[in-house]
Amino acid sequence: MIMYLAAEEGAPEGIGLFIPPWNEVILAGICLVLIALAVAKYGVPRYLKVLDERAEKIEGGLKRAEEAEAEIAQMRSGLDAEKEQARIEAAKIREEAKADAAAMVAAAKTKAAEEARRIQESAQRQIESERKAAEISLRQDVGSLATALAEQIVGEALKDKALAGRVIDRFLADLANQSETAGRGA
Amino acid sequence: MSSFVSALVPLASSEDGEGGGMHMPTIDELFPQPFWTIGDGTFWSLNRLGLVRIIATLALVVLIYLGARRARLVPGRGQSTFELLIGFVHKQICEAALSPAAARKYLPYIATLFVGIFALNITGVIPFLDVSSNSVVAVPLILALCTWIAFVVAGIKAHGFGHFIADNLFPKGAPKVMYIILAPIEFLSTFILRPVTLTVRLMANMIAGHFLLAAFFAMTSYLFVEASGALKAMGVVSFIAAFAFTLFEIFVAALQAYIFSLLSTVYIGLAREGH
Repeated sequence: MIMYLAAEEGAPEGIGLFIPPWNEVILAGICLVLIALAVAKYGVPRYLKVLDERAEKIEGGLKRAEEAEAEIAQMRSGLDAEKEQARIEAAKIREEAKADAAAMVAAAKTKAAEEARRIQESAQRQIESERKAAEISLRQDVGSLATALAEQIVGEALKDKALAGRVIDRFLADLANQSETAGRGA
Repeated sequence: MSSFVSALVPLASSEDGEGGGMHMPTIDELFPQPFWTIGDGTFWSLNRLGLVRIIATLALVVLIYLGARRARLVPGRGQSTFELLIGFVHKQICEAALSPAAARKYLPYIATLFVGIFALNITGVIPFLDVSSNSVVAVPLILALCTWIAFVVAGIKAHGFGHFIADNLFPKGAPKVMYIILAPIEFLSTFILRPVTLTVRLMANMIAGHFLLAAFFAMTSYLFVEASGALKAMGVVSFIAAFAFTLFEIFVAALQAYIFSLLSTVYIGLAREGH
């Protein structure tokens, strides 16, 4: 119900100013309870929730950044180790290559020397055999020459038997001497 | 409903019309006639201040709802303002006098004080409302009593009833004889004067602000409408003064809310820590 009060008291006097009438207390109480409900049940919890979430997010972000940094550092140190290892390996390979090259050169030298000796030997053998062949053929030639000479001599001086004998003897002796000298010279 | 609207229209309608001279505000203005009364008005009677109080309350509740609705990690403009406000109460008031854990615990109460008092104060400079409902004793007194209960309960919880009373009434380091004088003084200052000063400081500031603004605007209106010749020019001066005092009253509205909340926090902090 709504009604107007035509006459109502004005301002309270003295201490009355500080004593609220019940209707004021009730209205003020209702208003304050409404405000308190809105703030305490709605405003502040939302604010704190967002605040906490944000703090958590920032902390989480910092933590993640730290982790990433640590990971990078670890990776970098791993990379360094790997580089060092690669360097050592390269050095080793170089050493090995050098050694291999030296070995190859030595082997080639040995092989070449051997080849040279072999060639030399075979050349010597060939020379020897050729010399022998020449000697043999020479002997045969000398024989046939001697025979031819003997025939002549026989033909001319069969009359003189003594002379013929002396000549043949001397010839043979000479031949023997000659071949001996040649054999010693070889 | 028309009675609500007419209740909001400034008090000029009740003035005695043209040529009635300058209307200077009186304390009676803060106790206007109620326009809605149930029964004999003991438990429900609504006057202009009550209506202003209801409007401020509803506006505040709606703003808090809008600010807190869909609170997200990356805030929008409304949410930023809302967070700035509660964040100010949290960081600048609660954490200034309380440990971080206690600051969180008391934040709902202190934030209620701050935004509630500010909302009820600021109506004093809002056109067509033109008065703060904290100019009457009800809200300041209720809040001061709430603070009184809060710090007494906090003290008893932290130290036990005996210790809390003893700590407050018998400050350490004084000669035993002095307690005859000190105990009553301490009792008065801690348990009586704290709520009284909270109440009177807030209420008196709002009354003074209202008188100041009402006086300057009344003077401006009078000088423009009724004064003659060169005196009209004085109206410009009084209007500038009225405008400046309006800005000042906005500041005072915030300052009184801040002082009330900060003192409440300090009282609670002192009670928890003991001496």
